[in-house]
Amino acid sequence: MYKYDNYDQTIVNERVEQFRDQTRRYLAGDLSDDEYRPLRLMNGLYIQTHAPMLRVAIPYGLLSSEQLRMLAHISRKYDKSYGHFSTRQNIQFNWPALETVPDILADLATVEMHAIQTSGNCIRNTTSDQFAGISKDEIEDPRPYCEIIRQWSTFHPEFSFLPRKFKIAVSGSKGDRAAAMVHDIGLYLVNNEKGETGFKVFVGGGLGRTPHIGKCIRNFLEKKYLLSYIEAILRVYNKFGRRDNIYKARIKILVNDVGQEEFGKQVEQEWLHIKEGILKLGQKEIDHAKSFFTSPMYSKDAIDDDSFEKARTANEDFKNWATRNLYSHKAPGYRAVIISLKAPGIAPGDATDEQMDFISDLSDEYSYGEIVVTHDQNLVLPNVKQGDLFALWEKLKTKNLATSNIGLLTDMICCPGLDFCSLANAGSIPIAKQINEKFNDLDYLHDIGDLKIKMSGCMNACGHHHVGHIGILGVDKKGQEFYQLTLGGSSESDACLGDRLGPAIPKIDVANVIAKLLDVYVKLREEDERFLDTYRRVGIAPFKENVYASH
Amino acid sequence: MRVIKNKSIIDDEWSLKREIGNTDPIPSGNVILPFPFWQANRDELINSKKCHAIWIDGSIEIETIASDLQYFALIALDFPTFKDGRSYSHARLLRERYDFKGELRAIGDVLQDQLFFMERCGINSFRIRDGKDIEKALESFNVFSVNYQGAADDSVTISQQRKFK
Repeated sequence: MYKYDNYDQTIVNERVEQFRDQTRRYLAGDLSDDEYRPLRLMNGLYIQTHAPMLRVAIPYGLLSSEQLRMLAHISRKYDKSYGHFSTRQNIQFNWPALETVPDILADLATVEMHAIQTSGNCIRNTTSDQFAGISKDEIEDPRPYCEIIRQWSTFHPEFSFLPRKFKIAVSGSKGDRAAAMVHDIGLYLVNNEKGETGFKVFVGGGLGRTPHIGKCIRNFLEKKYLLSYIEAILRVYNKFGRRDNIYKARIKILVNDVGQEEFGKQVEQEWLHIKEGILKLGQKEIDHAKSFFTSPMYSKDAIDDDSFEKARTANEDFKNWATRNLYSHKAPGYRAVIISLKAPGIAPGDATDEQMDFISDLSDEYSYGEIVVTHDQNLVLPNVKQGDLFALWEKLKTKNLATSNIGLLTDMICCPGLDFCSLANAGSIPIAKQINEKFNDLDYLHDIGDLKIKMSGCMNACGHHHVGHIGILGVDKKGQEFYQLTLGGSSESDACLGDRLGPAIPKIDVANVIAKLLDVYVKLREEDERFLDTYRRVGIAPFKENVYASH
Repeated sequence: MRVIKNKSIIDDEWSLKREIGNTDPIPSGNVILPFPFWQANRDELINSKKCHAIWIDGSIEIETIASDLQYFALIALDFPTFKDGRSYSHARLLRERYDFKGELRAIGDVLQDQLFFMERCGINSFRIRDGKDIEKALESFNVFSVNYQGAADDSVTISQQRKFK
């Protein structure tokens, strides 16, 4: 993974001191709430319902065991001994005291971490595929390019006061696991007809109040032009993006207003001025970034171990876990292990300090000391030998980390909701709990199979409800929490937005309505069809009928 | 009135005219005029052989003033609120694309914590918002000693220091 040199470390250290001074001036009354807000937001610090919330950047989701241990330490020392992993591969602390945030940032800096640009109207953490570097379908590892973008975007002097926040995702494989289609800029590594690798560029994707799937403005961009092209996009957006209405300020609105073709033309015109300038990447620069993302020395005999197969045959629970929580690996005899942070009764994405320490130790023992945060709010140990899987599973069980539900109904995505967030209209976590209690039969869950439930407590869509197979949106109806359901969304390479099922339903009915939807699916599915496939084949009518007919 | 220019605090030799009717008489002295007034009185102003200065906001296209840059000793860029970042792009374009060598000044909601970004974009003078500590604002220039990306300030970027370029 990327290691800081003196320059990276200097910038992060200087940032800590700058924020210490800003916070001191705020507490002394020299900065107003309004003036301090963008400064703290650019350090990921929100003022929430109960306390500040601090969001720490995890660039493209990749952590070392040392970094995860530091996150455990921070949760223990400054918070309530847990952290919440977000859908953008970051971690959030819900209870730090404002005065201690500069100290938290100083602690983070000791392990090459920070909270820079995790909020505010600036370029946010660049996200990627949780299986980057290990998946079989990868064209090229996207992480070196994410790192190049991270450095270019950090304290970018021109783009720190954009009309609105700006999110970039890079996907390195055909099966998009980075949800690049729903980002302000989505970059796909692709091969052109000459066999060269470059980027296909999408702009204007995003969820929120007015969800849009990204539009392609360039089919092939040579790697050396990565930064100059992005800079051109940002410059056009900075100049012409709407600033009069916060809900119409994202780049998706601009792209939609001027049209995909015209927007692309403006970007290309701007780009012509700067493409050969200082931002042009040299091969040395690209190679330098790549040098940090090499594969470990995989052992050749990992494939010879047959204990995994034997254990799978002998132990039904292990077999279930192995079916759901493993991901195939490019190296023979290796697997990526997905550690579920969706155990029943736990808020999705939460991990305690003890669990974080434990996972750090396991990653040192079994996976070269690396951990990846997924968009689905789980953690991945990317490089585990199949011969170690049974022992690892047994250890995970001791800390409630071996729930066999990856990709299943209970592997829900969920924003913090009304319990923590001052924007929310309705709770998310209580709904997750209700669903967990209703669907507690693991055999049933495995029978239902792949199902992505995504839940947001308000229209800002932090839980990505539009792209859930079943999306749940919390709405406020005369002071009561109601829930609007959508069906058929997807954030993968077949990205599309879900369709509205019908009128919003009361809180107590959510899990029951999901059961009714699943009854329809079980009745109508053909062979191995997933819920999403059945929905796409039969349409919304039978689902609608079963839910609303009895009302 | 004091301003920061080239990282020092000096007495301002310019006065800022926020509003003036296009048919009003041309004010005497060193005055920063709204760009529409410049357009309306262009020939007369050029013939007066004075030093000229205009102010513009983020809504204008820089291309529309490009052919007149030779006449301006100073261009002021307005930040109606510090959250409006359009003038950062203006500053870079004026310096990097149109090679403007005169004084580029930030006016409006100009605050200590934005000076670092403004300076990197090529702005070299700052009218700090009334009621804010101008001495303290000077500290803003010393916060970061290294920069990742190139901009208008000719600082050596990290990628250059790493000897990639």
